[in-house]
Amino acid sequence: MVNPTKNRIFGKDAVWLLFIAVVAVLPLVPGFADNSFRMHVFILILLYASMAQAWNILGGYCGQVSFGHSVFFGIGAYGAAMALVTYGTAPWPGILIGMAAAGLVAVVISYPCFKLSGHYFAIATFAIVEIFFRMFQVWDWIGGAIGLDYPVIEEGLWNLVWYSKTGYYYFALILFVIVFGVVRWLEGHRFGYYMKAVREGQETAESLGVNSAMVKLTAMAISAVLTALCGVFFVQYNLRVDPSMVISLDMAMKFVLITILGGAGTLLGPLAGAAVLIPLQEYTRAFWGGLGGGIDLIIFGLIIILMVIKQPAGIVGIFQGIRQRIAKARGKGGAEIGTP
Amino acid sequence: MGAFGSPIHCSQRLLFVHSMETVLQVLIDGILSGLLYALVAAGLCLIWGVMDVINFAHGEFLMVAMYVSYWLGFLAGVDPLVSVLAAGAFVFLLGVLTYQLIVKYTVGKPPLAALLATFGLAMLIKNFCLNRFSPNFRILSDTWLGDKTYHLGELIIPIPQLVTGIIALLVIGLVYALINSTRFGWAVQATAMDKEAAELMGINTERIYLLIFGIGGACVGIAGGIMPTYLAVHPEVGSLFGLIAFICVAMGGFGSIPGALFAGLLVGVVESFAGFYIAPVFKYVAVFGLYLAVVAFRRKGLFGW
Repeated sequence: MVNPTKNRIFGKDAVWLLFIAVVAVLPLVPGFADNSFRMHVFILILLYASMAQAWNILGGYCGQVSFGHSVFFGIGAYGAAMALVTYGTAPWPGILIGMAAAGLVAVVISYPCFKLSGHYFAIATFAIVEIFFRMFQVWDWIGGAIGLDYPVIEEGLWNLVWYSKTGYYYFALILFVIVFGVVRWLEGHRFGYYMKAVREGQETAESLGVNSAMVKLTAMAISAVLTALCGVFFVQYNLRVDPSMVISLDMAMKFVLITILGGAGTLLGPLAGAAVLIPLQEYTRAFWGGLGGGIDLIIFGLIIILMVIKQPAGIVGIFQGIRQRIAKARGKGGAEIGTP
Repeated sequence: MGAFGSPIHCSQRLLFVHSMETVLQVLIDGILSGLLYALVAAGLCLIWGVMDVINFAHGEFLMVAMYVSYWLGFLAGVDPLVSVLAAGAFVFLLGVLTYQLIVKYTVGKPPLAALLATFGLAMLIKNFCLNRFSPNFRILSDTWLGDKTYHLGELIIPIPQLVTGIIALLVIGLVYALINSTRFGWAVQATAMDKEAAELMGINTERIYLLIFGIGGACVGIAGGIMPTYLAVHPEVGSLFGLIAFICVAMGGFGSIPGALFAGLLVGVVESFAGFYIAPVFKYVAVFGLYLAVVAFRRKGLFGW
């Protein structure tokens, strides 16, 4: 607490390393990995936390709220699926092509979109999702509306397919570490500060010599490439893909809502959002099944409304508020801790 | 084109293209759906223009209105032409409640707060209807307008859509007159220009916002009220209409009602021609592509400032 630099290295990062270590050894704990539904929920939390974190680069740190990330997600997913299903090879070349294509598409659509601001930008990204969704639905080469179904193939790293949840669990953890690692690195890097400067005020940032167009474009490209990587996991896990699974507006909104729910522009936010939303979604679905169609989304809608109204800084904001209150109480004297 | 599969054979298509009647028919269909889009967009446009807020639940308001009209018709035998009033009133209240309970608290928060909060509301309404009414498609049969058509030479004009179009023009005209030539309208314009200054002039801006949200809801409520005559209602029906309304409003320009009308017609006609002459699946690609093309050149829309 005395030395802030020391605190940053051994405090924040140590907590993250500890978290990753705990998550990594969880499947080795007897009695954890044999409940495949619980494993499934954990895998989805890691996946959606990574997706939201990838979105967070552009939407949270750089302040450009995009509703179009499902396009990059879909391109990544289709890259892997095309290599495996259509060309019968390992997914690896498809993954690379898909990520590159997502980055390219991001740069191309950024050109008209970043000229727009506020609601016009948001609506433009919706329009892009709709265009890609409908094009993918009628594009015979990639399977059209029917999509691509994985054949039964050998499990392992070569095909990136496993028969057990444990394999996917570690795959998801690696994805999580990559995406969070990139964002953690950006946070401390000069580029991270550029992004925050653009978010706080584009004109001010430009007056200080920040090339805001370039910063936004780069943030978009990094975000898109990482989103495509998440799409790869999604398709390898589901073993099939069709346009409505990946390139829908609902999927695009998930990126935004999880991050906003957790706290946009923070490293912890996407994980917090996913850790709340995904269990809610999966357990309500498991509990009510087909009868309770939509109950999870009704609850989720309510949470979103309340969160935006009451606590725009998200779950992270709630914790920060509590921590500040405790610090304040401590400052006044230990006796007041119990009486907020 | 090969990759996408053309639904109309080439020689057939040539036959269609050269028929003047076909062109006119496609144009009429486009204009009629365009008027409906314009009415849906007008409500959104009003809210956007006055409060700089996008009501993401706008499409769901339409869906609610359609359900109101459908259930009134199905359970009580009321014709949509009558229940359109009930639907309008119901969504007026829904709009007022939305403002009072949600949107009011997003003022002064980040610009997209209202959009996200109303998206939460949209999820809530959509899934509530899904949960209560099942995802089944429902349409009213044996209504007054029913499947009636009007034949004008070779052209066929569907009566329900025609009546919808006329009502749309009436309502849009009424809203336009309300904003431009009444004391209430001037107060609305003053509030839209400068909220603080309007308050200093003694305008109750809170009440203006409340009523604008209500009137915006009523517009879409009226649109939704007539629709079950010719369009099936289901929980997802609002999403696409909502998106098209966003496109119309953004393309027409910030808060410009004539802009929304023009953009609605343009969207309808482009959709109709692209759907007929290229392929049905391309109609929305063309519409959304048109929006991107327009804002690429005019960032604030056609009539924006």
